[in-house]
Amino acid sequence: MEATAAKPSFPAKPKAARSPGYWTMVGRRLRRDPVTMACLALLLAIVLSAVFADLLAPADPYKTSMIRRLKPIGTPNHPLGTDELGRDMLSRLLYGGRMSLVMGITPVLNALAIGGLLGIVAGFFGGRLNMAIMRTMDVLYAFPSVLLAVAISGALGSGLTNAIVALTIVFIPPLARIAETVTTQVRGLDFVDAARASGAGSLTIIRVHLLPNVLGPIFVYASSLISVSIILASGLSFLGLGVEPPQAEWGLMLNTLRQAIYVQPWVAVLPGALIFLTSICCNLASDGLRTAMEVKL
Amino acid sequence: MFTYILRRILYIVPIALGVTLLVFGLVHIAPGDPLNAVVGPDAPAEVVEQLRRAYGFDQPLPIQYLIYLGHVLTGDLGQSVATGRPVAADLGRALANTLVLSIGAALVGFTSGTLLGALAGWHRGGLVDRFATILTLIGVSVPHYWLGMVLVIVLSVELNLLPAMGMAPGGAAGWGFTGEHLAHAVLPVITMSVIPMGIVARSVRATVADVLHQEFVQALRAKGLGRGPVLRHVVRNVAPTVVSVLGLQFGYLLGGSILIETVFSWPGTGFLLNEAIFKRDIPLLQGTILMLGLFFVLLNLLVDIAQAALDPRMRRS
Repeated sequence: MEATAAKPSFPAKPKAARSPGYWTMVGRRLRRDPVTMACLALLLAIVLSAVFADLLAPADPYKTSMIRRLKPIGTPNHPLGTDELGRDMLSRLLYGGRMSLVMGITPVLNALAIGGLLGIVAGFFGGRLNMAIMRTMDVLYAFPSVLLAVAISGALGSGLTNAIVALTIVFIPPLARIAETVTTQVRGLDFVDAARASGAGSLTIIRVHLLPNVLGPIFVYASSLISVSIILASGLSFLGLGVEPPQAEWGLMLNTLRQAIYVQPWVAVLPGALIFLTSICCNLASDGLRTAMEVKL
Repeated sequence: MFTYILRRILYIVPIALGVTLLVFGLVHIAPGDPLNAVVGPDAPAEVVEQLRRAYGFDQPLPIQYLIYLGHVLTGDLGQSVATGRPVAADLGRALANTLVLSIGAALVGFTSGTLLGALAGWHRGGLVDRFATILTLIGVSVPHYWLGMVLVIVLSVELNLLPAMGMAPGGAAGWGFTGEHLAHAVLPVITMSVIPMGIVARSVRATVADVLHQEFVQALRAKGLGRGPVLRHVVRNVAPTVVSVLGLQFGYLLGGSILIETVFSWPGTGFLLNEAIFKRDIPLLQGTILMLGLFFVLLNLLVDIAQAALDPRMRRS
């Protein structure tokens, strides 16, 4: 045939002319985006300060003191003041970040695994399976997210695990829906038909052709849920449904300090300011990631 | 249009049944014997058995669900374990109080969000656009329960301008259009309106910008139409999307009011939920969740119908 005959006459390809890969380009675009980089740096600082809380905290976050209750910001030995039981605020905020981050991020990761899988399966196989999965998701969608979280963790009772279970259930439907939409789109593309025509099985098609094309958008969407999850998780603790006292967690601290707004208002709002800061950074970083990865949702 | 509405109604029946099923399931995911909340742990065994039969807990689960469904369909939401009063009675009053907050927050958040988003989308890249982007970011990132606290600190504690808690002086539980009631509602309404304002502004901006990019707008301008007539066309094309966003946001306001109501001690559904959670009053929890859930389902139906009324293309899909 002509094509095979012509082949040897091609000049040898020069080695250096390889165009950069997708992830190199994403990295390059991210580095050129100062807002996203600043947010990622701040998030890294927040995560590190939570991870190394035992090294960084100047005092024991559980040590109460009746005579040092509700000291203002700038008190010697207590740079951010003390709470209603005389515990050092800075130390509690550092330790509190641990709980808040765990409570905020774990549900999204869980839901990413479960919802993503459900959505991909529903989108790929279609038909009755799709109906069964997506209609079940519709029922969970029939509740506003706060309400669903309160309902499930209210019935299960307070506690870290229960709150995480409740929030996981809240985030499964949106992730399943986005995974289903993206999968259905990709499944209809020509290269999937081509793979099938050349004899590839379902598993191979999912692994080789589907996953690389659907995971990006699903990840980006999941990253946009983290800020919501952090706010909701602390909200559950604020209602007394998440972490239990005397544990330090930003939402719970906000709740117990609520009575103190008449005495030390600016100490009382500190935990919420940290939730706000973390959530803003998550939102901006997720937006930046979406732009850099050129994902349209 | 009629067949479309019929189809949508048929579509929400299984969803509504799913909602009742999930709410029914709440009793059974609660740890321990569901009767523990009714009787103390040291109650004699025969009393517990008698109650078990009286509540129907000795029946198989599917039968229990059907009994529950029957009660719900006849408007019986059970009795509060803590007070012994019918759940439906308490719920009516609480729902009205939550509606007051939600409608107030919707009025404030929807108008400001729509205006801001429309201006930002119309003048993309301009000063209003940048302002809107920042405000949107704050709206979707702020923990609103914390914002409520901050507003209380600034406006009630420091400046002493507005009341910080409750619905009216003396812990009154009913709404009235008096100056006192309105003053008490200002802070919770503003706090609640921040999230919908941010989200509405963001989607209105995106939709307006999207529509302005379409060819028909260019055609209209090329034809020589002035700003006003072009705007009219844009509004018609933006309306279906905006209506659906507003509808959903109203549902989120109603269902998400628990945090705000806790901050401001507002005697609405959030207050009931709080009571139910702390007294482990499962019937009260179930009833409140069920009503809010069904309300949200109904709202979704109304949104679909409104969308179809505004956009004939919707009716065909």
